[in-house]
Amino acid sequence: MKFKGRVWKYGADIDTDRIIPARYLNTSDPKELAKHCMEDEDAAFASKVSPGDIIVAEKNFGCGSSREHAPIAIKAAGVSCVIAKTFARIFYRNSFNMGLPILESAEAVDNAASGDILEVDMDSGEIRNLTKGASFQAKPVPPFMQELIAAGGLMESIKKRYAAG
Amino acid sequence: MRPHTITEKILAKHAGVKEVTPGELINAKVDIALGNDITAPIAIHEFRKAGAKKVFNRNKVVLVPDHFTPNKDIKSAAQCKILRDFAHEHKLTHYYDGGDVGVEHALLPEKGVVVPGDLVIGADSHTCTYGALGAFATGVGSTDLAAVMITGELWFKVPETMRFVFKGRLRKWVSGKDLILRVIGDVGVDGALYRAMEFTGQAIERLSMESRLALCNMAIEAGAKSGIIPPDAITKEYVEKRAERPYKFYASDPGAGYSDVLEYDCADIEPQVACPHLPENTKNVRDVGKVPLDQVVIGSCTNGRLEDLAVAARILKGRKASKNVRLIIIPATPHIYSEAMKKGWFDIFLKAGAIISPPTCGPCLGGHMGILAAGETALATTNRNFVGRMGDVKSNVYLSNPAVAAASAVKGFIVHPDDVVK
Ligand code: SF4
Repeated sequence: MKFKGRVWKYGADIDTDRIIPARYLNTSDPKELAKHCMEDEDAAFASKVSPGDIIVAEKNFGCGSSREHAPIAIKAAGVSCVIAKTFARIFYRNSFNMGLPILESAEAVDNAASGDILEVDMDSGEIRNLTKGASFQAKPVPPFMQELIAAGGLMESIKKRYAAG
Repeated sequence: MRPHTITEKILAKHAGVKEVTPGELINAKVDIALGNDITAPIAIHEFRKAGAKKVFNRNKVVLVPDHFTPNKDIKSAAQCKILRDFAHEHKLTHYYDGGDVGVEHALLPEKGVVVPGDLVIGADSHTCTYGALGAFATGVGSTDLAAVMITGELWFKVPETMRFVFKGRLRKWVSGKDLILRVIGDVGVDGALYRAMEFTGQAIERLSMESRLALCNMAIEAGAKSGIIPPDAITKEYVEKRAERPYKFYASDPGAGYSDVLEYDCADIEPQVACPHLPENTKNVRDVGKVPLDQVVIGSCTNGRLEDLAVAARILKGRKASKNVRLIIIPATPHIYSEAMKKGWFDIFLKAGAIISPPTCGPCLGGHMGILAAGETALATTNRNFVGRMGDVKSNVYLSNPAVAAASAVKGFIVHPDDVVK
């Protein structure tokens, strides 16, 4: 899996209320959620984001609530992947479970600015900043998580396990 | 066998292995799986999409539509209907609706649905609350919940444990809420990321169950996977009359491995206030400065229990909330609601000019029943003060214990309870 997209750069501790405010949680329709993605952090995001764009953020991205609506909103907004220094635990789990690619790399974050063009190779973990002409290696995804992705997410892996008896 | 922490022991037991090591990935059996009106609709959708016909155990899947109860609009009513229909279809024993519904993390311990030694997952980040009972409890997402509803199991990474030792006695007006706010202020909102927090020491041994629940409730606000208090006589007294299943007390072994040990002398801990917009922005209440308030909220899964309403009643008795302040009091469960009424606290609250809400999450997450306008400031006994958490993005939320909240409602700005009750 390879992605190429424009960077939307954000700060540390971007919480789930900023990714998708609770006032919109009376629905779980991805299209509805996407309209309000990042609204309380960056009101322009939802209308200006283009398919394939990449969110880049400092530490602890996705902290706060367990709402899966957060990765759902990001994915439905067309974002191809999120790169952060670290992710909050539940957001990390949720992203893998519902298939939003995420990577951790402090160097790639430090060297990216809004508007830069990144090329990301999910399999090798290589992040190339085409604007700056630099390349970074993300932390490898644990093998167990890779298996989950290979199976097509948590539910698919469960279906397979059940089918096998 | 190596010495183990209480968290490692509970996880090993549920994974069906002798011992586990931090970092190890395990598959473990789940005792209780919880969802609410925000997270369960997605889980139910995934459950159906996977072609599942039956939940793994109708006594162990718990649904609590508490966030927007009573339904605030058509969309939230539709969300709740998904839960209601599913609960009836699968004959779930623990489904709470109408006048039976309360804030999930206050309701489950009160009803004895969660017991010591359990492994609990909830599609709600404050599921960590149940660590107060000596259970391993952690928040997950909706897809994880769907997986457990089908299989009764889930994968976990065994966390390292950080140990917090609270020595000495709590000062006047200081509660479990202040201990955890102080810890979050020290370690930061990701200071315990991926780890378990274990709370011990003389002050914890003397801490009431309600204060313990408030303390463990906010472990997630330090990024933790779980918070836990080793069960003891206070735990026994609380669960004995409630537990609907047999329970087991686990304890950490002497010499168990911790990633960090932090010690506190409670003589140094004043009532704490977390300033906007992160729970880590904590200060002693006297160092906050003069912050005028538009709204005070006493309630939530953190501080909507009887002990919390008791201290509010004590402070509000014979006093009035400031004319500038909307004081909203939300008993967290129907039982708490009825007890508070019997004790005569409703009279005190109403005379103080308070609004008493039925049990609901309501304004805690900016849902309904007390939303803030741009430029407004609230002091709340809830657990999050993120940007826009309680309403407009330009509103501010401060967090405190119920004593500080009640006293501040009287003055109209944030104060130490000693400044109101001499
Ligand atoms: S009271 Fe607040 S924090 Fe607790 S479950 Fe409800 S919304 Fe979440």
